[in-house]
Amino acid sequence: MDSSQLLGITTFTYLFSTLLYAFLLVFKTERLGAIATFFTVAAFFIQTAGIGLRWVESYQMGIGHAPLTNMYESVVFFAWTIIAFYLAIEWIYKTRMIGAFAVPLAFLAMAYASFSSNISKGISPLVPALQSNWLIAHVITCFVGYAAFAVAAAMGIMYLWKSRPQPPSPPSPAQHSRLPSLFFIEDLIHKTMIFGFIWLSMGIITGAVWANSAWGTYWSWDPKETWSLITWFFYAITLHARYTRGWTGRRIAFLAVFGFLCVLFTYYGVNFLLSGLHSYGSSS
Amino acid sequence: MKLINQVWAFFVSVRLAIFTLCFIAATSVIGTIIPQGKPHDFYVDNFGAKTAMFLQILDIPTMYSSWWFYGLLGVLSINLIICSLDRFPGVWHIINADNLAIPLENIKKMRSYRQWRFPSEGGNSLHLHKSLAACGWPCETKPLGENSLSFCQKGRWSRVGVYIVHTSILLIFAGALVGHFFGFKGSVMIPELRSTEKIFTEPGSLQVELGFTVRCNSFGLEFYDNGMPKEYKSSLTILENGKEILNKTIKVNDPLTHRGITFYQSSYQGHQEFLVEITKTATSESRQFSLPFQQQISWEEQKLRFGIINAEAAGQRALRAKIWFKSDDDPAITEWLNNNENISLKSSGKVYSVRVKQLYSTGLQVAKDPGVWIVYLGCGLLLLGLYMAFFLSHKRIWLYQQVTDSGILVSLAGSSNKNKPAFVQIFKRIEDCIDQSIGHHKSEST
Ligand code: HEM
Repeated sequence: MDSSQLLGITTFTYLFSTLLYAFLLVFKTERLGAIATFFTVAAFFIQTAGIGLRWVESYQMGIGHAPLTNMYESVVFFAWTIIAFYLAIEWIYKTRMIGAFAVPLAFLAMAYASFSSNISKGISPLVPALQSNWLIAHVITCFVGYAAFAVAAAMGIMYLWKSRPQPPSPPSPAQHSRLPSLFFIEDLIHKTMIFGFIWLSMGIITGAVWANSAWGTYWSWDPKETWSLITWFFYAITLHARYTRGWTGRRIAFLAVFGFLCVLFTYYGVNFLLSGLHSYGSSS
Repeated sequence: MKLINQVWAFFVSVRLAIFTLCFIAATSVIGTIIPQGKPHDFYVDNFGAKTAMFLQILDIPTMYSSWWFYGLLGVLSINLIICSLDRFPGVWHIINADNLAIPLENIKKMRSYRQWRFPSEGGNSLHLHKSLAACGWPCETKPLGENSLSFCQKGRWSRVGVYIVHTSILLIFAGALVGHFFGFKGSVMIPELRSTEKIFTEPGSLQVELGFTVRCNSFGLEFYDNGMPKEYKSSLTILENGKEILNKTIKVNDPLTHRGITFYQSSYQGHQEFLVEITKTATSESRQFSLPFQQQISWEEQKLRFGIINAEAAGQRALRAKIWFKSDDDPAITEWLNNNENISLKSSGKVYSVRVKQLYSTGLQVAKDPGVWIVYLGCGLLLLGLYMAFFLSHKRIWLYQQVTDSGILVSLAGSSNKNKPAFVQIFKRIEDCIDQSIGHHKSEST
């Protein structure tokens, strides 16, 4: 059994959990909820084992390093953090309804990592610039933040869906009553964004410290840095809008979703779209 | 005066803050799409002459250091300063307020409120504030005639959290300015065995005197089996007035700092030049020569002539070199040597140990940034402030004990400036605490 097999199993189990949580939304069966949680937890442990095994494998190859150093490893870690974060919420708030919105994100991340041809899955050694403990601190803090924003966006979608304007005539569908109250979701979105904001702040700071120890410049306005700052500003604006200008409800839910798009762009788009634009520009 | 008021009113507003933050975020996108710091021709080639001109006028190619971007950061700073100056006195007032002076009727109006009533035994009032202290809420108590009012609070300093966050942003800006005005960034290439006293700034290519000498003793690079670079390192020596002060081998992520100037390993260059070290084995006499590719050189005392006549390279990197070696009147010998490996050569009855190494230059980034510690302090305070602003709250509890005809009336009230649901739980625990001590008291008195 090697790490990629374990991570493959993880991917399919997340898909299965997603389906279970979706079923749970439609059919109210308590037993199904326990099963969905069971599979999610199982997949989470398998994934943890997979990440750990990949770590061991890198040492067996003589190039040992924590499995957090390339796109594939970071996407896997991202999915892992989303699930860790979601399970914590499920545990603390005793609600499974968010699962139908959060677990699919982890599944999509894993599926993308496993099946995209853009991503190399090999374990490669670290080039000199990456040989730094700040790299580990940087990746972990950023991705905990990203995962929080992902879950906030999942809840944002849930909020928008639940609060969507409805034709008044038919009585509201039964599943609505099973979703947590709008007030509860909104409060949780806000808390999750705060949590993510603090971790993103730490991520940007550790990145700056790392850059300074490697190159003597803590900030150089490269596209990745700039986008992380834009994202950070976005969430700072959202927090101000809610706290000082009283924005609530659908607006905050919408901002949570939009903020996550910024995160995705920072994380993914900058690598593939902007660098593509640059190389396109220079070849013409 | 009116003008000052208007300016003040403009900069005090959070609406301006939101607008400025949005504007900075939105304009920052431009610089991530349009490559920064390229020569003018680049923009002409990619965007056409007219657009390139337009971009130049707006300073887009160096937008993050343009007047208008600095201007936006300036507006944000002034906004922050004025907004904080405007609000802070109020917050200070709350932090240091005399909460025992609260109008008693306000106590009843608080969201968390509970009342107990029980007969008094001989009119002496209870010492419930002592029970509160025992439950972790030490109070100040003020007698009001027969009655008494107690107050306790936690986390009042959490109210400054937001101001710490805002100040930390100003500190980070200040640190960046200090670095900008009192520091420099530059780079230098030093060939092995050579030294330098000056470097060139980037951008601008101005010469900067270091005030001391840096020598590169050697440069080394290692590769993984798959050909990816594993390590670059340079052995550097700092000299002042000819005296060696400091030796350090720097690597990427592990720089050397002297007198506030830091040297970072950043690149290298392989030259078509070799260092040849020859040791006569019998006498251990040894000498080092540096010689360009395909040139001959001699060691007169030993009547040796030699040169590197061929080399095998991967990119800039020589893997093997072929030496041509002649001593006295013996016929010349040629031999392939791996880079930086010893080999024995025999000629006219003598044995020489020979080592050939390609000559490299190490590429160093050089930076002096006295502002970096201010920036780091700002970053630390930012995290501290965020923690205080989001995870701590100012919780206040009042306890009013009133002697009435029918007995003692105890009112407990409390409030928290944040995280109200959690406060409800806390208040419940305090109620339990009082329930218990009242129960206790009753059993004592019966
Ligand atoms: C990047 C810049 C900024 C960051 C990171 C930041 C961060 C914060 C944070 C974390 C809070 C606490 C919000 C909450 O408790 O939910 C806050 C509150 C606040 N901020 Fe900012 N802020 C920034 C810029 C500004 C600016 C420019 C202003 C100028 C008007 C401002 C005005 C305020 C005000 C008035 C509050 C509410 C304070 C209170 O009454 O508790 N902020 N800010």
